[in-house]
Amino acid sequence: MGFKLSITLLALAAFTTVAQAQDKTSDIIARGEYLARAGDCTACHTAAEGRLFAGARPMPTPFGTIYTSNITPDPETGIGKWSADDFYRTMHNGRFPDGGLIYPAMPFASYTKVTRADSDAIFAYLRSIPPVNQKNKPHELRFPYDNRQLILGWRTLFFSEGEFKPDPTKSAEWNRGAYLVEGLGHCGMCHSPINALGGTSQSDAFKGGLIPMQNWYAPSLTSNREAGLGDWSIKDITDLLQTGVSARGVVYGPMAEVVHNSLQYLDDADTKAMAVYLKGIAEASSPPPASSALPNTESSLLISLGKTVYDKNCASCHGTQGEGKPPHWPPLANNQSIEMQSAVNPIRMVLNGGYPPGTKGNPMPYGMPPFAGLLSDNEVAAVVSYIRTAWGNRGTPVSAREANELRSAPLN
Amino acid sequence: MLARAAASAALIVTLAASDGAAAQTANQPPDTMAARVEACTPCHGNKGEGTSDVYFPRLAGKPAGYLYNQLLAFRSGRRKYPPMNYLLEFLPDPYLEAMAEYFASEHPPLPQPAPSEVSKDVLAQGELLATSGDANRNIPACVSCHGPGLTGMQPGIPGLLGLRAAYVSAQLGAWRYGTRTAKSPDCMQLVAGHLTEADVTAVAAWLATRPAPANPAPVPKGTYALPFGCGSQPN
Ligand code: HEC
Ligand code: HEC
Ligand code: HEC
Ligand code: HEC
Ligand code: HEC
Repeated sequence: MGFKLSITLLALAAFTTVAQAQDKTSDIIARGEYLARAGDCTACHTAAEGRLFAGARPMPTPFGTIYTSNITPDPETGIGKWSADDFYRTMHNGRFPDGGLIYPAMPFASYTKVTRADSDAIFAYLRSIPPVNQKNKPHELRFPYDNRQLILGWRTLFFSEGEFKPDPTKSAEWNRGAYLVEGLGHCGMCHSPINALGGTSQSDAFKGGLIPMQNWYAPSLTSNREAGLGDWSIKDITDLLQTGVSARGVVYGPMAEVVHNSLQYLDDADTKAMAVYLKGIAEASSPPPASSALPNTESSLLISLGKTVYDKNCASCHGTQGEGKPPHWPPLANNQSIEMQSAVNPIRMVLNGGYPPGTKGNPMPYGMPPFAGLLSDNEVAAVVSYIRTAWGNRGTPVSAREANELRSAPLN
Repeated sequence: MLARAAASAALIVTLAASDGAAAQTANQPPDTMAARVEACTPCHGNKGEGTSDVYFPRLAGKPAGYLYNQLLAFRSGRRKYPPMNYLLEFLPDPYLEAMAEYFASEHPPLPQPAPSEVSKDVLAQGELLATSGDANRNIPACVSCHGPGLTGMQPGIPGLLGLRAAYVSAQLGAWRYGTRTAKSPDCMQLVAGHLTEADVTAVAAWLATRPAPANPAPVPKGTYALPFGCGSQPN
């Protein structure tokens, strides 16, 4: 009797440890999946109508087209033979297991900040997904950029290896936000001035820039004159990041993609941490004197035509005073994203229209029609000039030539 | 600066005034599909009836399954029209389904058939292809799939009425050149592959002259058997 019982107990004990171990692995895998969303690995490494993580998604760059890799656990064509060390080295140092250099289109310059534990969790998750046997598509890069040795030069200028170091003078929440924004979130990949080499320099981090090939302007996250969030409430910031719409403005273009593929999946605590950090790094800057390339008489004619175009085509949604019906029809009065020095985004918004991303928090967004076929270059310039200067907005007028140039901007 | 302060003061007053449930809904766009598809209607018409642009198709009354398949194809880029590819890129499946249902359930009247610019002979050739096909050249009659009344069949086969000749020939051309594809087996690609340039002109012209039938609704699923399988029309 006593003997039998102890065996049962032993078996039970053994069973619980196995169960616990399994539980722990499945926890790690679930965590890895969450982090892979936060890093947007999932969308970048999956092609349209392609298999999950099988790669082959094209990334146009000024040097040619780069294709993302198959990172499923297939031993021949994926990363099935890699160890967790190999994987950490790729994330942390931008090198293949054999030491070869990885193109910075894979955002390892940000991922270097990711901790070993988080890297291991992502790796555990990637090992748990179905393997796909699909050879990597060769990159189509022009000479001399097809030579990977050139990456060395870029690394010297723009890459500094190192995990995230918390700032002890700041709260745990701020540091968590900083870790996500600077690391997995790779926000700096777009929100930094991009130089001819496609690199971003540390000192210019989050200062904004025009994204090459896409012709969208990713505004500065540090200047309140652009997308700095210094005077936004935490709720408006978390709404924007989690649902794509907010009382202050909406996301569109490449930022809609970021919210759709990545940010909407972050939990409330992480979203709030990012909001606290983003609000914290924004610095109020004194507005530069308004300067326009257009002579005064010309711009006042443009602006009065702009009001006519606006009242007829836009006011039904954005309101006669630019007040909108937030969050779904965004306000245009006091909306930073249309007042910036660069007028690329509002011009493109008018030409192309758009829908904010469909997210858990906003599954059926309202949309804006494209006006490219309805308005002339002059009318586009006029209405953009009007919304940039009406209702106390502090932007500058734009010319018909600028509107015309953006008609040919790529749409995907 | 002053103007800006005034503007934000005005905004605060507006916001304060809108305190209260009724006013809050008044301050929101209508919670309807009609308001949500306002991004589509300058090109497709308020009820999906089409516009004066001959390349912008009518959507109203087509089978919801067919419209949904098209929205999926535009979203992934398999069917190409950059302005639409861009609008749909980040919209989830259930929302695209709701858009498809919305336009499928609208029934504005079909347009008056346009007077045709082609000769009687060409129209006769178009009618022959549409109603009988050409067995020698492996061309099935269009009506064998699109229905005796050309009104289509639920859930995946569209009617061919109320479309302009320019649109129909552009679509048949797109299938011939492989820039439009449907779910495999892509039966329309087989059909279009056997058509010559002249066939396309003829059949598109004849279709555009058809008057509206008494009942333009697509017939229920399984009303007739297709001559061969189509991926968009599950058995
Ligand atoms: C912006 C797009 C993008 C994102 C986001 C991205 N990657 Fe990549 N990744 C690439 C590209 C492009 C390559 C190919 C680089 C090369 O060939 O040098 C690559 C290569 C890799 C490789 C090397 C595999 C091989 O054998 O070629 C691994 C591993 C990898 N990525 C993992 C990840 C993980 C994990 C994440 C998320 C934390 C991630 N990537 C996010 C674009 C991306
Ligand atoms: C049917 C309603 C509707 C109409 C009409 C409309 N818009 Fe919009 N507008 C929207 C919606 C919805 C968005 C959000 C789109 C997105 O996120 O892609 C938006 C976004 C914008 C933005 C970006 C705002 C931000 O927060 O960054 C600008 C600028 C803009 N619209 C200007 C205009 C102008 C100018 C017109 C007239 C030529 C116009 N809109 C007509 C609904 C409309
Ligand atoms: C693929 C490029 C890209 C990446 C990566 C990216 N952004 Fe953006 N972001 C943009 C562009 C382009 C805009 C301008 C369009 C807009 O306002 O939505 C923008 C706008 C913004 C705005 C201003 C929105 C408004 O309404 O004023 C904020 C805030 C922002 N991004 C935060 C982030 C954060 C945080 C991350 C990292 C988690 C990030 N972005 C990553 C391209 C990017
Ligand atoms: C700029 C004009 C434009 C806008 C805006 C637009 N469409 Fe279209 N749509 C077109 C054109 C042109 C085609 C035909 C494209 C082709 O040649 O294949 C089309 C095709 C379609 C089709 C396929 C019709 C068929 O019979 O095969 C559907 C469905 C559709 N659109 C739905 C929408 C919805 C829903 C929206 C709004 C979210 C929208 N469209 C916005 C111009 C537009
Ligand atoms: C074997 C069945 C079959 C036959 C025969 C057939 N079709 Fe189709 N057709 C289809 C299906 C299925 C679709 C929808 C494809 C999709 O999902 O995109 C379609 C779609 C179309 C469309 C696109 C309609 C739109 O609104 O964009 C046109 C135009 C068309 N067919 C013309 C024709 C013509 C003309 C003929 C005769 C020469 C013909 N079809 C014969 C099955 C057929």
